[in-house]
Parts: sequence; C-alpha cells; structure tokens
Amino acid sequence: MEVSPGHFLLARLDDVARWAQSSSVWPLTMGLACCAIEMMTVTSSEYDIARLGSEVFRSSPRQADLMIVSGRVAQKMAPVVKRLYDQMADPKWVISMGACASSGGVFDNYAVVQGIDTIVPVDVYVPGCPPTPDGLLYAVNLIQQQIREGGRGGILARS
Amino acid sequence: MSMSTTPLTPEIVSHEGNAMVLSMGPQHPSTHGVLQIMLEIEGETVLKAEPEIGYLHTGIEKTAENLFWSQAQTVIERMDYLAPSSNAFCYVLAVERLLGLTDRIPERAQHIRVLNAELTRIASHCVWLGTHGIDLGAISVFFYCFDLRENILDLQEAAGGARMHPNYLRVGGVNGDLPDGYLAKLDALIAKFPARMRELRGLLQANPIFQDRTIDVGYLSIDDALAWNVTGPSLRGSGVAYDVRKAFPYSGYDRYDFDVPTRSEGDAYARFLVRLDEMEESMRIVEQARRRLDVPGPVMIDDTKVAAPPKETIALSMEALIHHFKIVSEGFRVPPGDVYQAVESPRGELAYYVVSTGENRPYRVRTRPPSMYNLQALKGIAPGNLIADLVVMIGSLDPVFGEVDR
Repeated sequence: MEVSPGHFLLARLDDVARWAQSSSVWPLTMGLACCAIEMMTVTSSEYDIARLGSEVFRSSPRQADLMIVSGRVAQKMAPVVKRLYDQMADPKWVISMGACASSGGVFDNYAVVQGIDTIVPVDVYVPGCPPTPDGLLYAVNLIQQQIREGGRGGILARS
Repeated sequence: MSMSTTPLTPEIVSHEGNAMVLSMGPQHPSTHGVLQIMLEIEGETVLKAEPEIGYLHTGIEKTAENLFWSQAQTVIERMDYLAPSSNAFCYVLAVERLLGLTDRIPERAQHIRVLNAELTRIASHCVWLGTHGIDLGAISVFFYCFDLRENILDLQEAAGGARMHPNYLRVGGVNGDLPDGYLAKLDALIAKFPARMRELRGLLQANPIFQDRTIDVGYLSIDDALAWNVTGPSLRGSGVAYDVRKAFPYSGYDRYDFDVPTRSEGDAYARFLVRLDEMEESMRIVEQARRRLDVPGPVMIDDTKVAAPPKETIALSMEALIHHFKIVSEGFRVPPGDVYQAVESPRGELAYYVVSTGENRPYRVRTRPPSMYNLQALKGIAPGNLIADLVVMIGSLDPVFGEVDR
C-alpha cells in the first residue's frame, strides 16, 4: 500500500481483503479443559486479544472463523469436535492449543485422542501444558500472517 | 466409530403433551465446559434435566496406576484445573499418611501448602465469579476477577515455575523454598485484595438485575443437599456449616483462625454470597500464613528414602548420589495399605482413596470429586424452572468437568 500526496490510498484489492479478514478472526466458544481457562485469560485486560480483533468469541460455529481446540479431547468428545468443525463456514482455521490437543500430552491412554490432527486439519500448534496466554496470542498472530500471505483457507488463497 | 453421541434413554424420550426434548451442550457457552444436559421442556419450563457427563473422560485414575507415586501427581493435578494445588495437596497428604510421614513434615512446608491452597481457592472463585457474571450478562466482573487471578498465578509461577499446573507440592514437603521477591509480591496482593473485593461486591451484590436473576432461583433444601451428598459452598449456602478444614483439620488448619461462612436461604444468591465471604476468609488465612513464613526453615523432609537429597551434596557424597539416582529412576516404595484423605477444595470435599500394595506405583487412586456430586443436585433443583434460570443454577453449583469426568 502507498499513500499519494493527494490523499489517495492505492492498494491491491487482494491486500485489502486479506487485511480485513486477518483482522477479524473470530474464535469459536469451545472450552474443553485446562487450556480453556488460559483461552479465557487472553480476553482479560492483561493480555487483551481485542488488540488482534479476535475478542469476539462466537457460540455458534456458523459465525466463527477459528476453532481453538483448548485441551484434551476425549474419545466421547471427538465426534462433537469434528461436527463443530464441519459446521463452521469456510474459510476456517484451527489452533491446536496445548500438549493434549496436539499429541495427547501426558495422557497416553485409552480415553484421550492422541492428537486432534487425526480428526481436523490443524494450522498452528501451541506447545505447553497449558500454554501461556502469550503463546496463544502468538498463534493467532501466525494465523493472521498466514491469511495475509494468502495461505490455506483465506478467501484469496493461493490454492 | 459411531457418530451418535447421546444415548436418549427411553424415559427421556417418552413424554406426553407438548413437551419436547432439547439437548443443551456439550458445546454451550454457559455449561462451563463440556456438560450436556438432556432437557425435557414445555415452552420455556424445564420438566426434567438429565446431566450427561463423560465428554472429558481422561482416564486419569487408570493412568496414575502406571506411574511412580511422584509422577502420578502430575496427572492428578490436571483433574480440577481451577484448583490444581488442592488436588496435589490432597494426594500428597494421602501418600504421606501411607508412608507414616504426616507428623514429620517441616512446619514451613505446611505453611506454604496452606498458603498455596488458599490462594488457589481465591483464584478458583475468581474464575467462578467472572464466568457466573458473564452468564448473567455482567461482563465487566470478568475483567476484575481475572486481574486478581493473574496476580495469584504470578505467585504460583514464581514458586513452582508454571502458571496453572506448578506441581509445587511434593510428597514430604514442597519443591524448593519460596523464591526471592515472593513475599513482597504476596504483600502487595494482600494490600490490594480488600479494595478489589469491595469493587466485586459493588458490581454484583446489590445489583437489582443480578438479584432478580439469582434470588429464589435454584433452591436447594438442606435435606436435598445432604441426600445428594452436596459439599462445599453449595452445601453451606443451604445452611450446613460443614467444612473439612474444621471437621477434619489437616496440615495445621486447626491453628488458623477463620470462620466458615454459611447462609440459610439455599438459593443461587446465597451460594454467591457464601463464595464471596469465603474469598475473604481465605485471605485471612493467607495473612496468617504470611506472618508465619517470616521464620526460615527447611521445606522438605530430611528422609532420603522419599525425598531426593539436596543437589549440592550429590557431587560430594556417594550415598547422596545413590539415593538421588534411585529416587529418580525407580521412585520410592509405599508400604501396603489404604487410606482415605479429604481436603476442602474450592468446590467441596475433595478426597482420594489411595491403595498401595507396597510397589513404587499406586495400586488404585480413587477420587471423590466434589463437582460430580454437586452437579447431580441439578436433577433435583432444575424441574419447574425456566431454561434461562438453568444457566444460573449450573453456574451457582460451580462444576469443573476435568474433575467430574476425570
């Protein structure tokens, strides 16, 4: 983008669209376990995810762009997570928050899905048990970067 | 794998008249996690509410059986994730009783444990109050609560190295003394707390909208509360002054001066008031523990069969090296026996029934999660109320699903 002396703003439509899209990534209200508490904490005044335009947690998957899988996914919950992902409208992104969602974490047993990427495609993994809110903010930043660069899922994605 | 997740039992489906079945959850903003409630409703009125749990079943009890005694604590901390230190507290007390070490835990370690438990209680109630406020449309409460919680998490991070699951308590004491600067931060928190509590009360306690939504909603009688085995603030809101810290004192709670707040109304507003009073009582205990922490002393038991010897001795002493190696590589053994140990967690009587067969791993770690029993009371209090009030009831019972499903 460049500003000309006569107060014109010249930009490619692609860039404007991607800028708008990346600045309003709305997450789905889906808290699973410990990480959900840290997911709530990013909306608090200390971390303030509103700076990234992502403070609007939507309870309906139809209105959400981003699914934050926040915590361990039990075998019983897995079909629900999958269905919620399917219900979200394209384009959509997924953050796998924490060790449990990414790999099963310390729960290597019969009850926990060993990595949410066996069910839904994951864009960003956040390590930690649970990750700090800063970690989640960085993950949202990475999602924004992916959108601006025309990565997977964006409306003007380079296929 | 079958995609159908909800067993609709015949008794839920067989309804008459205009009743319909509504599934609330497991993804719902006000079920505080992954609770599903099968509702039978007529218009807006709830005829029947059946909590469907298990969406967060993690197999923690089974996993604990395959880990060393000290490793099991890691997964056990992740049960009630709003109060990890309470879980660890109860578990280490149980293991110490099996080991016969209860009377040998250093004074300072006991004070630090009490301090941790009470700070955790305040932090847990902060999350409860913040989310309860959001459920009822009072969003600003959330920011005040989480700011206070952030101060407490900073302290936990300083002491244990992690914000939420510090694993700071250990069998035999705590992992290292409090770091430099900790007590100054704690003093700042103690100084800040009264004004912050006044603000929290000012936001909700006399708020007519909040009162309209909570007074006479979710009435739980003494008899019902006892019959459903409800404990903690939910029981005390119905007028029973049962608190494990008073009834079966542990870790020196009998030497602390505090009251057990009780209300007799039994509604959601009473439970709200009890929890607010409890936060202030917890701070009283924190202040007393803070004064006792001025006295230096050991924070870990001097028993190399249970606790690894200090790191600096390892390079100098052959015995220390051997003990350190054995504890790290094969853990410690616990004499055969079983023990039931209860503590007062922010949600009520949290207990572990621990069985040992003399191995270096627990044979069985059975949990008595307070949230699970409290949540079952929903079946009794929901019928006859509006769906909107159901949100208030769930919030006022304060379930945590990591603990319910575990």
